[in-house]
Amino acid sequence: MVAQQVGFWILAVAMVVGALRVVTTRNVVHAALWLVVVLSGAAAQYVLLAAEFVALTQVLVYIGAIMVLFLFGTMLTRARIGREQDLDNSYRLLGVPVALVVLAAMAIALWRGFGDERLPETARPVPTAVVSDQIFGPYLVPFWALSFVLLAAVVGAIVLARKD
Amino acid sequence: MLVNQFLLLGAVLFAIGVYGVVARKNAVLVLMSIELILSSVNLNLLAFAMRSGTADGHTFALYVIAVAAAEVGVGLGLVLLVYRNRRTISVDELSEMHG
Repeated sequence: MVAQQVGFWILAVAMVVGALRVVTTRNVVHAALWLVVVLSGAAAQYVLLAAEFVALTQVLVYIGAIMVLFLFGTMLTRARIGREQDLDNSYRLLGVPVALVVLAAMAIALWRGFGDERLPETARPVPTAVVSDQIFGPYLVPFWALSFVLLAAVVGAIVLARKD
Repeated sequence: MLVNQFLLLGAVLFAIGVYGVVARKNAVLVLMSIELILSSVNLNLLAFAMRSGTADGHTFALYVIAVAAAEVGVGLGLVLLVYRNRRTISVDELSEMHG
């Protein structure tokens, strides 16, 4: 339990610092690399939450595929890779109170709702077979809908990005 | 481990993502902030899955990851199209619907 707490707090600090750097850094490529820190930390937190298959999917899909997409997007929309001055808009200062209000509202609601309730100490990792039984059993219709969403996204992205 | 420590970490990441969506001008950086928000939602789903001892949260987290992949694909396609037509991806300059 102590080891899990230490791991949680190290990961939490790394994730928060990385997230703050994603939204404040002046370099788009650095923002993408800080996002890798946050997403890797999230994958490690999923392991702490006994969700190994989701953690593995997070690494494969987010860090493997989505980050490559982001770096390609950065490369194709910008000749210059380096520091920039105009990444933030004029509403930047408005964003701070908005974010703080959102955070305060959620923190109060979570504290009132869950207090110091503990996670079950004896939780076993959920086997991947159980997850697949869920996907192909009670959640089959959302799975089909998701297949159509992915197909539409692939076709739509090709149509949007075609030259002619 | 408390339930709340995971939920509050998710809330902090969500708030940082909201700040990024409000404050950033570069469309690619806005998409990255949306990824932060989706990631915090996944953290909440898995914390609740562990609390209830079922695998439903895992299923939903996998669906969220798939939707995020589709969203980034279409979003970056749109950003590329905007860049090709306007030579800029600043969301401040896409103001033709502004009265």
